[in-house]
Order: sequence, then structure tokens, then C-alpha cells
Amino acid sequence: MTVDTAEDVAAFRQRARQWIGENLRPFSSSNTMGLRVRTSEEELAAVAADRQLQRKVFDAGFAGICVPREYGGQALTPAHQRAFNEELTGFEFASRCQIPTMSPCAAVLLEFGTEEQRRRHIPAMLRGDEIWMQFLSEPSGGSDVAGALTTAVRDGDEWVLNGSKVWTTGAWWSDWALCLARTNWDVPKHRGLTVFVLPIHQPGIEVHQIEMLNGARDFCQEFISDVRIPDADRVGEVDEGWTVGTRWMSHERLLFNSPYVTYPAGLERSLAEGSAMQIARDTGRLDDPIARDRIGEARALELVGRQLEQRLAAGIGSRRLSDQAAAIGRLYGGLARLRTATIKFEIAGDAGGAWSDDDGTAAEIGLAFLMRQTSCIGGGTTEMARNVISERVLGMPRERTLDRDVPFRDVPRSPSGRS
Amino acid sequence: MLLDLTDDQEFFRETTARFLDEQVPTAELRRRRDDPAGFDPSYWQRGADLGWTSLLVGEEDGGGTISGHGVIDLTLVAYEFGRHGAPGPLVPTNIVAAALGTAGGEAQASVLADLLSGASIATWCYEEPGRRPLGEVSLDIRVDGDHIVLDGVKRPVESAAQAHHLLVTGRTDGGLTQALVPASAPGVSVTPLRTVDLTRRFCSVRFDGVRLPIEAVIGEVGGAAGEAERQLELAVALHCAETVGAMQQGFDMTVDWAFDRYSFGRPLASYQALKHRFADMKTWLEAGHAVSDGAAAAADARTADAGELASAAKAFLGDYGTELLQDCVQLHGGIGLTFEHDLHVFLRRVTLNRVLFGTPGDHRQRLARHVELREAVA
Repeated sequence: MTVDTAEDVAAFRQRARQWIGENLRPFSSSNTMGLRVRTSEEELAAVAADRQLQRKVFDAGFAGICVPREYGGQALTPAHQRAFNEELTGFEFASRCQIPTMSPCAAVLLEFGTEEQRRRHIPAMLRGDEIWMQFLSEPSGGSDVAGALTTAVRDGDEWVLNGSKVWTTGAWWSDWALCLARTNWDVPKHRGLTVFVLPIHQPGIEVHQIEMLNGARDFCQEFISDVRIPDADRVGEVDEGWTVGTRWMSHERLLFNSPYVTYPAGLERSLAEGSAMQIARDTGRLDDPIARDRIGEARALELVGRQLEQRLAAGIGSRRLSDQAAAIGRLYGGLARLRTATIKFEIAGDAGGAWSDDDGTAAEIGLAFLMRQTSCIGGGTTEMARNVISERVLGMPRERTLDRDVPFRDVPRSPSGRS
Repeated sequence: MLLDLTDDQEFFRETTARFLDEQVPTAELRRRRDDPAGFDPSYWQRGADLGWTSLLVGEEDGGGTISGHGVIDLTLVAYEFGRHGAPGPLVPTNIVAAALGTAGGEAQASVLADLLSGASIATWCYEEPGRRPLGEVSLDIRVDGDHIVLDGVKRPVESAAQAHHLLVTGRTDGGLTQALVPASAPGVSVTPLRTVDLTRRFCSVRFDGVRLPIEAVIGEVGGAAGEAERQLELAVALHCAETVGAMQQGFDMTVDWAFDRYSFGRPLASYQALKHRFADMKTWLEAGHAVSDGAAAAADARTADAGELASAAKAFLGDYGTELLQDCVQLHGGIGLTFEHDLHVFLRRVTLNRVLFGTPGDHRQRLARHVELREAVA
């Protein structure tokens, strides 16, 4: 792309700044997707508001900044998206229309979808009409994604799906799903998978909201019974689902760094809470040198994380780093958020354990601490990231596995029968 | 270090790397453990010929950059200094050259020329004994007619026993003043300190009624706070680049070791418990590269967040530089603690860099202040 054919980043930034300033409200954590507890009515209202907000951004020509024009995007560069994200700092954004809808789902369709699939779905995603989910993890195992047991059996021009998916955030109010299913049990596990797209709300799919230990009910489990999908909704070749799946997961690991995701730069990742400094203020510890040390530590982790994300995105983009290096960002992000949750809990003092509404940002910090490990589990555990970094980035020997080079049906499974 | 250097930058980095490979292999560093200076004047002069001393000084004063971004170019040298554990007053001489280039007068023109050519070296007397917030200075610089008088102690000061010129940051009434003091001036006494480093030398420098013409002042009397902060940002950015170089070298050595060393019939690199530690170290290392580069770019462009990024880099690299090298020692086992092995060269580098120009804790206090000020505005 040259300056002749596209608006340069500085001019784009200027235009974005003006539009954002005139059209968007200030950022508020109350409406933003997260693990905070809302009633169903409040959540549905927030979803509707996000769809409207996404539509507003689309109508203004700022949705899908890196998406080709023929699919409703702006055909600009990652630098433009980054500039937009930077200008968006401090403003509202359609949090429910970004991840996983734009990345990995739209990113996977752009890479592997048919022309018809792209034209049908990507503009709808950009308008806020379709919110997507990943039907990836299963109750039988979260990290071993290629061990999927959900099965698709061919029946003429259709496929019949049976099985269960889990850890979909907000499936009960979402529209479509990208689904990894087993289409062949007689070949090794990575060679018998196929990817499909399907509407979530249809007969045969039961969506169950899972209550988390903090009372949140965003995560869902789906029970899929004899769901019929036309072959036209298959993504990629039959039994080639792992080719799609590996790219799918590298898009997933990019998170907020994905060039398809609109997300205010520097927004604290733990959206539901106040900053460490606000908690110190609300608990009267602003002058406590120990609290200030921890505040400084949290700030350093945040700034380092931002620099690391830029380095990884640039390195992967220029191919100086392998795709697998995204796991470095995942591991750093998980550990940094974990540490930050601990810091906030520590600064909150006893208000972290028992609080009243008068405790300001210290209230409910204890609940966030109970959920702390989320940052090191969701989206692939940090242990998996460590395997990827050591084996795929550093080239160290792979772990011995019992599921290679044998038909998937012969692979040992949990004796409890839960799989 | 940056993933994408320009061809000129890559050539520049490579030239310094090759020079250091030849001049200061680790055997040479060991040989010089008791050498008072740690390096020969000819080594420094040849380094100056390669461009080590000119990058922070404008072309009108005889300096010049490789890429137009002198701070970033200089971090390439600093990175190679870290990767080689190289001797020589790279950071202090460049800080003084930058200060003279910015605010030096006619009186200092020949000093600057000698620093650029490598004929003489200079160092920055900034930190003082005793615990106090980073940046708090108490050395007294008093104006007495058309003279100034310096009283106080500075430590640690790098290469003070070899330096010909001392840039001293002191206090005059309410403000900071900087003066360039000849090392030979009456009343200056230099006492070597013992140090964990093998290659760099540090001293305590005492100023007892050191009396100089007022032309020795660099910049404004009582108005040098901004310049001192700028110098601190530069020093931190350069030390961070060195630390990343030392981390990279220690990490690479340890990865090689993990593939080469067999225990119980398999390479160390095949044990998941160790692979996961390597993954953590690789993550610290990449994060270190990223924030070090970010701090250098911000210092180069003099962006508003340069001070905060420098503190973030130092807070992170101070902690994780030493963590990583200590983990490298652990993964080597007993051999990693011997003088014969090279690992300690890099462990020493990051250990000393951790405490120079503010500890990680000092910089976390600064970061808290930045957060407080920003949230007060918001």
C-alpha cells in the first residue's frame, strides 16, 4: 500500500480523532464486557448497545480498518488500526463485537473461508449484526484442542454434528460460531478434524450458562444434538481442520494486537476494576511507600507489556519472528495480569476480604482476586504457552505423547468417562 | 535490541561486535581483573574511531548519528558492550559529551573535541552516598564572585580514576547546577571502590572546596534540573540496552548448554520442568528487548513519556536481568559459579547495572508518582 492509494496514517489519525471526539462517549467500565456480575436484562441491554455502537463506527467508515473493501472494510494497514486504537483511548467501544468475532473468527474466514462465506458474514460482523463465538474447547480437555470429540458425520450435502463445547463467553446472546469437529476417527488426531460455521440459536443446540465462583454467568456450555449443517458452511478442506486450527489459534493469541480488533490502547486489561492507584486512594494508602512500590510495579508491567506487544506484532508481521512467538505475549500477559490482581488485592487490605459500598474501588477486589487465575487459563493455559515457546520458538524436544501416529479412536482417554 | 535495523545500523553494530570479539574476548577480561583501568587508552581511541563517542553530539560540534536517531544508534553499541561484558566508559563519556554538546560553552569546546576523538575521557558525578530519593542532590556548588566552589561527595562514579574531566551535578540554593571539573583540580580526591564488576571501575569522588572559574558551569546556575533528568534518562536507557545484551548472551549460552548437556541419558532441553523455565526466561528477554528499545526511542524523540518509560525499563530490567542470569547459573549447575566459566561476566554486568542510577525500587517510586500525576489530571 502506498501513500498514493491510501490515506497516510497521520491524516487518518487526525480524522479519527475528530470523529471520536465528536461522536463517542467517555469510556465506562460499567457497560464493558468482562467478568463482572450483571443481571440477564442488564447484559442483554449492554449487548444491544454494543451492536448499535458497532454500527455507528461502521457507518462512519472506521470498522474493519484492515479488512478488504469487498467485505465491508477500509483496506488500510495495521498502523492505521493502531492509530485508531490510540485515539480511542478513554472512549467507549463495542467490546462484545471485537474478540472473538473479528479475531480469530473473521481472521479465519478471511484466510480460509469461501468467497460466499466472507461476503455473507464479514460485513455483518462489521455492522454489529453478527456476534461470533469459538466452539473450540470441550469438556474433555481445554488445552488439548486437537483432541476434540464433537463429531461431524457426512450425510449427502449435509453434516450432522453431535457433542459439546464449553467456555464460550456470552454464547447465550451471540449469533454464529466457528466450530472444530472430528470428521474421521480412523486417522491420527490432527488429521481427522474439520472446521464449520453454524448459527448458535437453532433446534439441537442447548446453551447453558455456567455460574463462576464470583457469580458471573457469561461463560457457557453448548450441547449439540443432531445439528445439520450444509456442506457450504464448511471452512477449509475435509479432515484439514488442523491447518485452519493452527492459524485460528495464532490469531487468537494476538488478542488486542490483532489488526482486525478495535480496542482502546492502554486500557487496563482488567476492565471491571479501578487502578492500583485508585484503590490506594480509596483505602487511604496513597502515602504508604510499600503501596507506592506495588503501584509502580503494576505500572512497569503494564508499560513493558505494551512495548512487548508492539515488538511481537511488528516482528511477526515482518516475519523476523515466527507466528509461534505470539505465545510469548500470551505468557507475559497472563503473568502480568496475575501479578497485578495480587497487587490490587494487597493494596485493598482488609477491604479486599470484607467490604461495603463505601469502599469505592476496593469493593469487590476480593472477587477479582478469587478469579485471578483466569488470566493464565483462558485462551490456552500459560503451561501450554510455555510448551509452545520452548518447543516451537526455542526448538527444544517435544513432549512425548501417546496420541501421535495412531488412529484417534485408539488414543487413551480419561477413565472417569467424563470425556 | 530492535528487530529491524537499517543496513547502516546493522553494519555499525556488526563492526563494533567484531571489534569487541577481537579486542576483549572473555579471556582478556579475566586477564585484566586486577588492571586499575580495565582497558588501554588505545582500545578506547579505536572505539571512538568506530563512532562510540559521537552519537549524542550534533554535527556542528563534530558529532553525528548513523540513522538520525543518535540515542537508538548508541544503544546498539551499549547492547554489544553488554553482550561482550566490554570495558570502557561508554555510558559516562557519552553522557558528558551530550551535556557539553547541549549546554557547553566556548570554554569546553576543546574538551568536547577530545572526548569525541577518544583522546580523553570524562565521567558524570551524579549519585551520592546514603539512601535518598533518586534525583535528590546535596553536593554544594556555591557562587563566590566570578568563581564557584564545590563541596561534597559523589559515589559510585564510573572510571573516575581514569577520567580527565568530571561533570558534577550539585545544588545551588534552590536549584541544580552542573560544572565541568578537571580531575586534576585541587581539592578533588578519588578513592577506588571495590565492585562486583570485572571490567568496569568505580570510585568515590570527594570535592573539598574545589574552586573554579564560573565558566566551568554548564548551562544555568541553579537551572540544570531538566538537563540532569535528561542525562539520567539517557544513562538508564543505555544501561538497559547493556543489560539486555548481557541477558541475551547468558541466555544463548544456557540454551546451547541445555542441548549439549545430557543427564539420565537425555538432554536437559528435553525436560519439561526446564523447558518451562526457558520459556519464562525467553519471555523476560523479549520483554526486556521491547521496553529497552521503547525507552531508547522515547529518549531519542524526547517524548513526554520518556522519563516514565526509562523508569519502567529500569524497574523491569533491574529485576529480571538479574533473575534471568541467576537462573542461567542455576541451569548450569556448579560450573556456572566458577571463575573459569564465562557466565559470571554477564551476571556481574546486570548486577551492577541493576543498582546504578536508581534501583528497581527507586524507579517504581518514580512510576507511582507518574501514575499519581496522570490520574490527578484525568
